[in-house]
Amino acid sequence: MLDQTPAPLVRVRDLKMHFPIYAGLFRRRVGEVKAVDGVSFDVMEGETLGLVGESGCGKSTCGRAVLRLYDITSGEIAIDGHDIGTVPQPDLRSMRPTMQMVFQDPQASLNPRMTVEAIIKEPLDEHTTLSEAEKREKVAELMDAVGLNRKFAKRYPHAFSGGQRQRIGIARALALNPKFIVCDEPIAALDVSIQAQVVNLLEDLQEQFGLTYLFISHDLSMVRHIATRVAVMYLGKVVELSPREALYADPLHPYTKALLSAVPEPDPTLGTAKERIILQGDVPSPSNPPKGCNFCTRCPVVMDICKQQEPVTHEVQPGRFVACHLFNDTAGPTAGQEV
Amino acid sequence: MPDGALPVLDVRDLKTVFKTRGGEVHAVNDVSFDLRPGELLGVVGESGSGKSVTMMSLLGLLPSPPADVRGGTVTFDGKDLLQLDPEGLRSVRGGKIGFVFQDPMTSLNPVFTVGMQIAEPLRKHMGLSKAQAAVRAKELLELVGIPDADQRLKDYPHQFSGGMRQRVMIAIALACDPKVLIADEPTTALDVTIQAQILELMKELRDKLGMAVIWITHDLGVIAGIADRVMVMYGGQVVEHAPVRELFGNPGHPYTKALLTTIPKITGAREKRLTIIEGQPPILAGAPKSCPFRDRCNVAFDRCAVENPRRYDVGAGHDVACFHAEGT
Repeated sequence: MLDQTPAPLVRVRDLKMHFPIYAGLFRRRVGEVKAVDGVSFDVMEGETLGLVGESGCGKSTCGRAVLRLYDITSGEIAIDGHDIGTVPQPDLRSMRPTMQMVFQDPQASLNPRMTVEAIIKEPLDEHTTLSEAEKREKVAELMDAVGLNRKFAKRYPHAFSGGQRQRIGIARALALNPKFIVCDEPIAALDVSIQAQVVNLLEDLQEQFGLTYLFISHDLSMVRHIATRVAVMYLGKVVELSPREALYADPLHPYTKALLSAVPEPDPTLGTAKERIILQGDVPSPSNPPKGCNFCTRCPVVMDICKQQEPVTHEVQPGRFVACHLFNDTAGPTAGQEV
Repeated sequence: MPDGALPVLDVRDLKTVFKTRGGEVHAVNDVSFDLRPGELLGVVGESGSGKSVTMMSLLGLLPSPPADVRGGTVTFDGKDLLQLDPEGLRSVRGGKIGFVFQDPMTSLNPVFTVGMQIAEPLRKHMGLSKAQAAVRAKELLELVGIPDADQRLKDYPHQFSGGMRQRVMIAIALACDPKVLIADEPTTALDVTIQAQILELMKELRDKLGMAVIWITHDLGVIAGIADRVMVMYGGQVVEHAPVRELFGNPGHPYTKALLTTIPKITGAREKRLTIIEGQPPILAGAPKSCPFRDRCNVAFDRCAVENPRRYDVGAGHDVACFHAEGT
């Protein structure tokens, strides 16, 4: 499928990231947290794939695993034609410039003892052979690009506000002309009036530099704004992946429906008219997921088969992938895990 | 709620200043509002807008120094809370006024069982015996929708999930039948599906128990779904105050207007580009002599830089602190 479009820039197949749990006197391995448990998706060049889900669903782990910030348990990851899933960490270094990351907490992800210039320059020191003067010029250009005053290059992060710090983080990610950037909740720590500034900046930069984003967020309305396609995660698995318009207009998976209906609308006239699906209970522990479908403990339309058998991902409409037994009949026979 | 009913809580010209090495920070500037029986007042604002500090000041929860509650009156139950001694305040807090904090992870004591923590206010404020308190604690857990209450009373906070812990916090706040419940961003740390559960619960409890609620949040969506009246704060001041439908349908302050357009919507037409509010929130050093929003305002004029607008009444229970609303 998708053969009409060019090859994806990022291709992830059956990605698993399990963290071992050690316990007892001899720190024996007693189990594992299945943070990401068989996730597949593509990210096309120039698009933004939104990855949404609630806390603990594995979306951040997934983003980090895709960049091999972890040694993954299993699965395939290819970025820009290079298979990076199994490459040993030292060999990954030379590939790092193409793939970068913007972190959630702009407070914690900037070294408080380094000046802004030093922070943005560090990737240049590591990966390029530019002269000091060239590097300084590049840093100034980057600061211009993200809307920071280049006169502030010698200041330390504490002198900047949250939104400005996030701009520093973005400038650092841009330093090596990456193709692919994982944005891990880049606006979650910012005030509402500042969030829009950063999102607009990310969109401008995408256009200017032809960037491809994996945009991880729990803010469904912001993802609707920025993403081209959206993947919804629940307990380590992608339950639905659809183009943005289709997903928000007509969610298919029961979890997506509940998630979208739970988002409070900033409009009191709509709020009462809207039918809200209130999910019962909490997300099960990823160290002990339920048998069958992961969502079967909270699903409002659960069936017997859901408690027995894990649903496979089907392409139920062109470009729309759902992992739910409700859609077993509508699915094409060969869809399988190809996303 | 009946209009004209005597307010349960009446706050007039509250002023709080923090003394720091860099000078005085005026965190709350002449904030006035009232709360009527059984109503839910939403307080919206960004971080640093003074919404939490306002509530902390009126309950005497701020450490002094650095905080200094400099003026105003807070009338509750015929008394001015600001004039009460610490002993008197303690009898109000957790008794007639309940408080739910933002972070359910850190506001419960990890070394006591949930049962003991719910029983504490019952024994302190209502003088119940240990056995009576245990019975009431169980009722409260059931009230906030925690299944298997008998067993759960013996559990420690770490054995509860985030949403469940927030329910426990609400149970503690409700323990002594408060007249007023102050909820400071009670759902911010929770996921949307859990947030929806807590919002439903709050609406239900308010109807059942008839208490007045102050709900502090930065999320306009939450406010739209739950509040009767809304107070918008910016730079330590109330910039707009109106019934909820009036506020969303007919926002008067440039800040409120901007805020409403800056958040993307989940339904309806998708905006190609987000409207942004340029600049940063103000630093509240020194007493305010100008409108706090003027640097980011697209309709600011000369007067905004030399005078701080008072709240102008624009009818329908709606007031706006902006010179453009003067005389309308």
